[in-house]
Amino acid sequence: MYKLTFFVVAFVMLTSCGDKTKTNDDFSKDAAAPSEESATNPTDAVAYDPNRGIGKHTSVDLGDKLDEAMAAEGEKIQSVKCSSCHKLTDEKLVGPGWKGVTLRQKPEWIMNFITNPDPMIDKDPALQAQLELCLVRMPNQALTDIDARNLLEFMRKNDGVK
Amino acid sequence: MNNIFIKSSLAIVLVSAFFGSCRPKDTADAVGGDAAQKVYVAPGKYDEFYNFVSGGFSGQMSVYGLPSARLLRVIPIFSQDPQSGYGYSEETKPMLNTSHGYVPWDDQHHLNMSQTKGEVDGRWIFANANNTPRIARVDLKTFKTVEIIELPNSAGNHSSPFITENTEYVVAGTRFSVPPDNDNGDVPINTYKDNFKGYLSFVKVGKEGQMDIAFQIETPGLNWDLSHAGKGKSHGWFFFSCYNSEQANTLLEVNASKNDKDFIMAVNWKKAEEYIKAGKGKKIKAKYAHNTWDEKTHTAKSEMRTEVLVLDSKMLKDICYLIPCPKSPHGCDVDPTGEYIVGSGKLAALIPVFSFDKMKNAIAKKQFDGDYEGIPVIKYEAALYGEVKKPGLGPLHTEFDGKGNAYTTFFVSSEVVKWDIKTLKILDRVPVYYSPGHLSIPGGDSRKPFGKYMVVYNKITKDRYLPTGPELAQAAQLFDISGDKMKLLLDYPTIGEPHYAQSAPADLIRNNGQLKFYKIEENNHPYVAKGEKEAKVIRKGNQVHVYMTSIRSHFASDNIEGVKVGDEVYFHVTNLEQDWDVPHGFAIKGADNAELLIMPGETSTLKWIPKKVGMFPFYCTDFCSALHQEMSGYLRVSPAGSSVPLTFSLGTNMPAK
Repeated sequence: MYKLTFFVVAFVMLTSCGDKTKTNDDFSKDAAAPSEESATNPTDAVAYDPNRGIGKHTSVDLGDKLDEAMAAEGEKIQSVKCSSCHKLTDEKLVGPGWKGVTLRQKPEWIMNFITNPDPMIDKDPALQAQLELCLVRMPNQALTDIDARNLLEFMRKNDGVK
Repeated sequence: MNNIFIKSSLAIVLVSAFFGSCRPKDTADAVGGDAAQKVYVAPGKYDEFYNFVSGGFSGQMSVYGLPSARLLRVIPIFSQDPQSGYGYSEETKPMLNTSHGYVPWDDQHHLNMSQTKGEVDGRWIFANANNTPRIARVDLKTFKTVEIIELPNSAGNHSSPFITENTEYVVAGTRFSVPPDNDNGDVPINTYKDNFKGYLSFVKVGKEGQMDIAFQIETPGLNWDLSHAGKGKSHGWFFFSCYNSEQANTLLEVNASKNDKDFIMAVNWKKAEEYIKAGKGKKIKAKYAHNTWDEKTHTAKSEMRTEVLVLDSKMLKDICYLIPCPKSPHGCDVDPTGEYIVGSGKLAALIPVFSFDKMKNAIAKKQFDGDYEGIPVIKYEAALYGEVKKPGLGPLHTEFDGKGNAYTTFFVSSEVVKWDIKTLKILDRVPVYYSPGHLSIPGGDSRKPFGKYMVVYNKITKDRYLPTGPELAQAAQLFDISGDKMKLLLDYPTIGEPHYAQSAPADLIRNNGQLKFYKIEENNHPYVAKGEKEAKVIRKGNQVHVYMTSIRSHFASDNIEGVKVGDEVYFHVTNLEQDWDVPHGFAIKGADNAELLIMPGETSTLKWIPKKVGMFPFYCTDFCSALHQEMSGYLRVSPAGSSVPLTFSLGTNMPAK
């Protein structure tokens, strides 16, 4: 070990100390995309609308009657992506039962929540209260807009819309 | 490492230190005052480069960020990984199948990233297995090993997996020449010169990355060590270094170090393609495995191939030429222009630089020094551009910064030397701690290097870190090479023994369409359960198939009864989550293989044979939610022959009132 130390001490280094001030580039940002700060921030607490939630769905066009085909598609998705945690009755499983959800919440709120759960759980007073009961954040189940709309139709069917 | 060797190498190092021009007081002086700032990547911020580092005898590949040297991932390639279940789960076992059966380990030396027009393109990384010769492909969208091909007629697949500049081929070579697989290998070892052959494999890479051995070139029995493809003007050629031109079969340390020069062989693979078209290849019998991963069924399959196309380097005279190279060359590195081929004779005290133009001219004018077992040997001077004089001792490997400079590691004198390719003048030298093998500059072996950082991978660590008993991690040192002088920035331990590394700008990979989870709709696993209503348990004779789902935070089913001692139980676990970074684990008491780590939307299978009667809890091993501790279940095991009916349930198996 002594010899190693000797070797290290004796060795020659040619580091010059001509420092150039380095501009620290931020590689966390996508160079091609506009910075996140410059985009309008939809999670701003002041702007939060508890009737609509956060997300791209601003108005949902519900028909006068139930669309049976859409509801049937929604039911298929429900069995794969939702039924593990939600019953169709008002009984809580992991999350609350679905019965009555379309009467309690606006369609826009439902569409936004199921496609964009994380930001809404952070902001929505009703969801925060729900989180204290359930203690599991609803996962993002990667629903497409069409999936979400079909699910909403199935929820309506579950609530007795004909 | 014995004492005499250390002493003598240190003495040599100190002598070589006189080449330098100033003396630091201690190693701390080696680090400039702004080094910390240059490697600091603030919390939440990303690194500038991905750095893929071979794992050597760990059989894995580690992924670091540069310049922070933060470890991002360790990817199992040739080794079983109990953490993920790779090599243990039923789906992944075929990935490690070979003609020798299931081989769950290897010595992973070199990596090469796919290239387009000679530039790294961030699609795949290829990895070699040295021990049981194989090449693997890792997909950089999933950071997962997706294909492994075995190489027949080979042993010690060392000069691999280097690629051509549009990833047309990935090559392999045999470091330990052996009798071909199809010949009788049961011969006396001292018949090496008669019976042993070297094989170079050219593996075609398809548009989706799929590998297929296009042809092998049979060569005399030599130890093929490293290789690199030509670039630009020399595209169409491949260069392989070799040692043991003495063809020794015992005490190689002495007997393979006698000749002043061994060889770099230039292979004209475009010409080889022409010969194949003209029907000059010979199909010979061989047995080798080709294993592929299917991202839709989440399952690997292994197929055994039975023949390979071989070209004879003696018969087909204008595909192979030998260039004499001092002395037992290791690195065989082509500069970004494709004109200069740098040989690193690991016992030499100079670096020969060969010229592609001169080599072609010498071939045209037949400036040969006879032949070596039928392969023309080009006159050394006829192919030589020049020599770097007194660069240090024991050159191993050279990479390039794209600014006309080369950087060579010296094992014996424990340093890196920067030199000018055109003038062959030495520009700078730095000590490294201790005894480097390879170094890596992002893109440094391609046509477009990013000459900002250099990482040096050292074989000896000694006193660099807090001691950890007899076994130490190996040492990597990061340098800033953006200026005239190389500046040491950081020193950090590594996983396994890194031999070679590849790096690419972070954006190239993080924006390549990174997969975040598997779409459950696209899951075509034969035992998938798409939703809890498909969760079930089925008995087929003594096989019990459990179709299980997992979602935060429960399994379906979680009460299973009617399993008997000696049954083969298959847990097919589907993770129903559809969001990034929500894997679930699965483990059951007494499992003698591993756990499973199942990515969102994936199905994975653990085989379990209960050996005794009793109650066996299973649970999620990956902390998934506030109710993770509750994510568990029971499996009841009854004696063989028991009449307990097979039942499964979730939330309904309540006590009788």
